[in-house]
Amino acid sequence: MTQHAEAAPRLTRRQRRRLILGGEYGIFIIAVVLAASLADWGALKTNFAEWRVAKTVFPDIITVGLRNTLLFTVTGFGLGLITGLVLALMRLSSVPPYRWFALAYIEVFRGLPALLIFIFMGTGIPLAFPGTNLPGGVYGTAAVALGAVSAAYMAETIRAGIQAVPRGQMEAARTLGMSQGRAMRSIIIPQALRIVIPPLTSELVLLFKDSSLVLFLGITLEQRELAKFAQDAASQQGNTTPIIVAAICYLLITIPLSHLARRLEARQKRGQR
Amino acid sequence: MTTVNDSAAVQVIELYKAFGDLEVLRGIDFEVRRGEVVCVIGPSGSGKSTLLRCVNLLEEPTEGNVYVGGVELTDPDVDIDAARRRIGMVFQQFNLFPHLSVLANVTIAQRKVLRRPAVEADRIARENLARVGLADKVDAYPAQLSGGQQQRVAIARALAMGPEVMLFDEPTSALDPELVGDVLGVMRKLALDGMTMLVVTHEMSFAREVADRVVFMDGGVIVEEGPPSKVIGDPAHERTRRFLSRVLDPAAAEIED
Ligand SMILES: Nc1ncnc2c1ncn2[C@@H]1O[C@H](COP(=O)(O)OP(=O)(O)OP(=O)(O)O)[C@@H](O)[C@H]1O
Ligand SMILES: [Mg+2]
Repeated sequence: MTQHAEAAPRLTRRQRRRLILGGEYGIFIIAVVLAASLADWGALKTNFAEWRVAKTVFPDIITVGLRNTLLFTVTGFGLGLITGLVLALMRLSSVPPYRWFALAYIEVFRGLPALLIFIFMGTGIPLAFPGTNLPGGVYGTAAVALGAVSAAYMAETIRAGIQAVPRGQMEAARTLGMSQGRAMRSIIIPQALRIVIPPLTSELVLLFKDSSLVLFLGITLEQRELAKFAQDAASQQGNTTPIIVAAICYLLITIPLSHLARRLEARQKRGQR
Repeated sequence: MTTVNDSAAVQVIELYKAFGDLEVLRGIDFEVRRGEVVCVIGPSGSGKSTLLRCVNLLEEPTEGNVYVGGVELTDPDVDIDAARRRIGMVFQQFNLFPHLSVLANVTIAQRKVLRRPAVEADRIARENLARVGLADKVDAYPAQLSGGQQQRVAIARALAMGPEVMLFDEPTSALDPELVGDVLGVMRKLALDGMTMLVVTHEMSFAREVADRVVFMDGGVIVEEGPPSKVIGDPAHERTRRFLSRVLDPAAAEIED
């Protein structure tokens, strides 16, 4: 025997990595098998994937539900983008009251659950200002509510984008005789918007999902969007399959959008135009 | 007390500039006559860029007056945008607008500021791009150009506004050595065409050949000024000599503490 005991055969780095990886896969497989054996497949099938029920929600789930969801999202995003840009410029203004207002707005709307804002817009505003009617009825109110919430987030994103444009750009523009406002419009904002396209795309995904909150504005049957439509259909039929159909509709939009956002971001990281 | 000289293209009187407690310019007096090329040289941190940026009020002087073409820029009621149109500026980092094509870089201020019609702006842009040797690059984007080409576009962009004076802040310092010559060539031609130029540079051979006058700055003051043969060839001050020996033969410079 030598002085020190024969050490257990040491694993090479590659062997150890294989062992760890194997263990991780093993745990995953055990978990899946366990879940699968515990689930009641018959019940799952009849409640979530009943073809007969799925067929009944078409085409209305698309022509009413998805259509409204898209309408709410697009109008809300448009309004939010414009408001967000204005708020971002106010945040960067040299006039202190503008800065204070923008900051207060952003803090309030980012600090509250969107749900609360929708309930407030749906019940509070008609009570406080009876007779006020936004153009487009519920569609108008929805655009304002969604726009108001998303503007707060977009404002901060756009502000960061504006500040990411190198200082020399403003100096070059001013040197050519452009006023501050002209330089902002022609030189700084176009570049800032390019910088913030990826985060704004992510914001669009969030808004697409948040559009389901319009149900708190008090909507009619024709104004139902995807989530509400599916929920109604599900309770009507006593079957959850419509929820799954709606979920697939959401994912069909959000996954490509998220993918697009990631690709745009990657492209920008590579420093292309 | 210096008096206002209406025939000067640029006149700087008793100029002071401080950033907080840091006094960067400490009483600068000088002028650039029409058609004159003045090179400003001096060690890093001596205030050369600050001086240039005070001439078109990118920096606001703490004290003193700046006149360009007889108009006082330091007058609080001056239309600064109108005044800046007559002063072209070229930066060390080019500062081209990356979202615009070369042509649009040169036309945008003509269109938005001078309100020139598109056709005219286009023609003037092409003329000036030809002048800097880049007529074939009108459709390129800044990112597709070399540093030397970008800097020449920046010169064309400034020239398209028809300035009375051109300011250059180390226009070749960010360039690879083999690209410096193209830019200096354009500037030399500009000088021959009679443009009034105020150039901060470390290119001593350019200063020696092209400048009518050289200004040596150190510590926020003008130490000496005169024709290049005098200031560069036979400097009167020890500080100028020390600076020149460092610039002309960097390898031989002694380390200071
Ligand atoms: N915006 C600013 N805020 C604070 N300090 C500044 C600012 N701009 C310049 N300075 C300081 O003023 C001094 C002079 O700067 P300046 O850029 O004018 O020097 P320079 O002679 O151009 O030097 P270089 O040859 O390195 O370009 C430096 O100490 C610099 O740090
Ligand atoms: Mg400098």
